[in-house]
Order: sequence, then structure tokens, then C-alpha cells
Amino acid sequence: MANGETENDLRGLNEDDSIVCRCEEVAMSEVRKWIAGGYDTPDELKRLLRVGMGPCQGRGCREIILREISSMTGVPVSEIPPGRIRPPAKPVKISLVARDYTGGDGR
Amino acid sequence: MNPAVREAEILVVGGGAAGLCAAAEAAVAGARVLVLESDLHLGGQLVKQTHKFFGSKDEFAGTRGFKIAGKILDEMASCKDKIETVTNANVMGYYPEDGVVTVMVGEDEYFKVKPARIVMATGAQERLIAFPNNDLPGVYGAGAVQTLMNVYGVSPGDRVLMVGAGNIGLIVSYQLMQAGVQVAAILEAMPNIGGYWVHAAKIRRLGVPILLRHTIKAALGDVVVEGAIVRSLANGETFKIDCDIICLAVGLSPTAEILWQAGCEMKYVPELCGYVPIRNARQRTTNDDVWVAGDAAGIEEASSAMVEGRIAGLDAAASLGYEIDESRFGVYEERLKALRSGETASRIRAGLARVSANGFLGGMTSDGFQ
Ligand SMILES: Cc1cc2nc3c(=O)[nH]c(=O)nc-3n(C[C@H](O)[C@H](O)[C@H](O)COP(=O)(O)OP(=O)(O)OC[C@H]3O[C@@H](n4cnc5c(N)ncnc54)[C@H](O)[C@@H]3O)c2cc1C
Repeated sequence: MANGETENDLRGLNEDDSIVCRCEEVAMSEVRKWIAGGYDTPDELKRLLRVGMGPCQGRGCREIILREISSMTGVPVSEIPPGRIRPPAKPVKISLVARDYTGGDGR
Repeated sequence: MNPAVREAEILVVGGGAAGLCAAAEAAVAGARVLVLESDLHLGGQLVKQTHKFFGSKDEFAGTRGFKIAGKILDEMASCKDKIETVTNANVMGYYPEDGVVTVMVGEDEYFKVKPARIVMATGAQERLIAFPNNDLPGVYGAGAVQTLMNVYGVSPGDRVLMVGAGNIGLIVSYQLMQAGVQVAAILEAMPNIGGYWVHAAKIRRLGVPILLRHTIKAALGDVVVEGAIVRSLANGETFKIDCDIICLAVGLSPTAEILWQAGCEMKYVPELCGYVPIRNARQRTTNDDVWVAGDAAGIEEASSAMVEGRIAGLDAAASLGYEIDESRFGVYEERLKALRSGETASRIRAGLARVSANGFLGGMTSDGFQ
């Protein structure tokens, strides 16, 4: 464990650069900017920034966002509207759904 | 138009400790059960647990996790004509208008099921935290590292920084060392160790520092993790730790997407680690066709997950008119009570009291857990 000097290592690294939504590569700075602008619910942030709309469908970022909204607005997480969670829970190829719908070859 | 809607009496979503026990119990009662598991194998968290479990004797305490999974699978085998299991099958959606569930197998197959009853046993997902460079390769959830090592036999790297000294952080650290991986340190933001002392003591004896009141400030590296900056919450001092893997073991939260979709009334309960459905003493949610069991109902332990699964499976079968031995409920409720009786379970008791809102928890109010 190397003790001491960390200023050099930390140069250029800012908490704002942390990635909140890894699927859609949305940084903390973006999320904070919009929350500060009054967009302080997960649904609004989702529509603006696509957070939670990638392959993992918010499994990684939903809670980080709720905690960030809570710490910036002072509203406890339990009182923040949680946002709507709709099917599908994972991205699915449209061809699969189409094939299932017609029951045939997609026509 | 709609050729392939399968029927099922009881659909169990998730083939972990809770789901498998629900399936076994419902099948023994006579119901036909379909288990859908998104992983390539059944067993959930149990299959990667190589350590001996704590919990209750009735739920195989003292047995290694993956062996517990084997025992439940044996039990299921005794009524295998009643149970169908499909692995690599992701439950994607539940449409409450007509009760249809959509399923994707792998990425190239898709079908619908219309079950009469559903037991949701989807377990938990790992909580993440944000810090600079948290998107570098080498930043993992501790559970993911455990899967890599214990299920696939792949070593994640050479030197790990573990963030979180709860049971998962402690156990995965120990298993990393068993696999020959160095653990540089374990960080814990709280002033005390969250996990059991036996696990912490083993790790301390191996010379790994557990740094209380410390957190990760940033990951370092250009293309992969090369180290981390750690910060003391006591005095703000920062220092560097060399590592090529950063493991986050900062908690789990219930996996609840399908419960939301099913319109179950949900409540944010910090003691149960996230949004969980309101339910009665038989694990039935506010959607009459849906039961919940295990970590999806609140983060707890495998023992209670198994008992909750049994209660849910039994009650779902009974609701379909299968004759069951009512006294089983009493037996299982006693087991839960015993599991939740200690000092360490006081959080769980407080959390459960909150999901009984509107008296919905029926016979088992918070007093019932005392
Ligand atoms: C490192 C570690 C150590 C532990 N040690 C202990 C211990 O010593 N003693 C103890 O009692 N407990 C222990 N636990 C906790 C225990 O493993 C869990 O409480 C238990 O596995 C919960 O069971 P479950 O069935 O609710 O969830 P899981 O075992 O997580 O199973 C849920 C299953 O659902 C599947 N699934 C999720 N969503 C879907 C979907 N949409 N479609 C299809 N399938 C889906 C998942 O793939 C998973 O297989 C430990 C946990 C960890 C991580």
C-alpha cells in the first residue's frame, strides 16, 4: 500500500466524471445538471438522458440516480416517484416479437 | 394469430433457493409447475457458494451452498413428472390485462405463457456506486467475481481491492485468497464490520487489512484498472492502493421489474434494501395471482428464502384447489420466526412490519416476528 502523495494521481479526475449509466454512458455531471434544473424524477431523467434505457434496463443506475436526486433535493428516496417499469425487462429483437405475433415467418 | 401461448398452472420465475423450494412444494401438493430461470443452470446464488452456510438446520445450515442446491434439486426430482424447468429463459414481461407472460430463451427464441398463478423468486441484483473511472475494465460487482471464479473457474486478476465488509465482501475476499488472488485491503465506510465476525476473523488472520471508515474516491488507470485512491472518512486523508481489480460489495437490492409490471403494490423499505411488494403472511401480493419469495421480497438469507418459497408454493397450490396439509403453514411460520428472532434480524423484523401496511400481512403482524 503506497501511502501519501495522491494529488498527481487525482489530477483531472472529478467526481462529476463518474459514469452513472454504463449502458448509455451518461456521466454524473449531466445527471446533476438536469436535477438542478428541476428534472428531479427518474422518469424525466430517463426521457432526457436515456439513463436506464440500455441493455441492463436500469439495474445498475436506477439506485444511483434515486440517491443523487435525494441528496440534491433533500427528498427521501421513499418519496421520490420511482418511475414506470414496463416490459420488456431486457432488450429483445423485434424480429422475435414479430415472428411470435404472426406465428409464422414474420410476414 | 396467436398460436403459441402456453398454459401453466404455476409459473415460478427464478430458479434459486426460493423458486426451487416453491416449485418442489407446489408439485408435491399436486400442481403442475413451470420454472423459468435466466441463468444457464438452476440454483441461483447457491451454486457459487463454496462456503458452509449459516442459517437453520432445517434449511441445511453447515452445508456448503452448492450442495444445498443439489438437495433441493433431488427433492424436485422426486416429483419430476410435475415440474418442467427451462434454463437460459428470461422472463421479459407480464401483462396484467390478460395475465400473459413473455419469455426469451437465449436471444433467438421467444414465447408466451399464460399461467394461472405465479411465484416471483427473481432474487437480487448488485448495488453499484459512482466514482471517477468506474467504467474501467476491472471494476466488478463482488458477485460477478464470485461467479467468474467459482462457476467458471476464471481468475479475475492478481490483486483485488474489495469495497464493503459485509458478508459478501468478506466471503468473496476469502474465496479470492483461496484461489490464489491477493486481496490488498477491504474498505468499509461504516465504523464497524457488517458481516459475521467468523468471516472477518479469518481474513484478518491472513493479514488483510479491513479499513473502517474508508471509501473509494477514484479508480486509476488508462485502459484498465491499475490502482485506486482511497479516502478516510475520519480525517479526509487520501492514499493510493495498487490493484488490478476493484470489487464492489456495497449491497444488493431486490430484483422487482416483473413485480412492478404485474401491478403489485410496491413500497420502498430501506431495511429490506429497496422496493418490495406488499404481501400477506402467505407471501401473496396485492395482485391475487402473484406470490413473492426470497431476496425479491427483501434482502435476507437463503434459509428464509427457502421457507418463504415453500409457503408461497404451498399457498399457490392451495389457491388452485389442491388439497394441502394446512398445518404445514404453521411449521414454516415457526421456522421463519426462529430465523428472524435474533438481534441481527431486528432490521428484517422492522422492514417486514412495514410491508404489512394496511394490515395486509394478515395473521402475521410485526408482533408475529418478535
Ligand atoms: C457471497 C454470498 C454469500 C452468501 N452466504 C450466505 C450464507 O452463508 N447463508 C445464507 O443463508 N445466505 C447466504 N447468502 C444469501 C443467499 O445466497 C440468498 O439470500 C439466496 O440465494 C436468495 O435466494 P433467491 O432464490 O431469493 O435468489 P437467487 O438465489 O438470487 O435466485 C434468483 C434467480 O432468479 C433468476 N432470475 C432473475 N430474474 C429473472 C427473470 N426475469 N427471468 C428468469 N429468471 C430470473 C436469477 O438468474 C437467479 O437464478 C449469500 C449470498 C452471497 C452473494
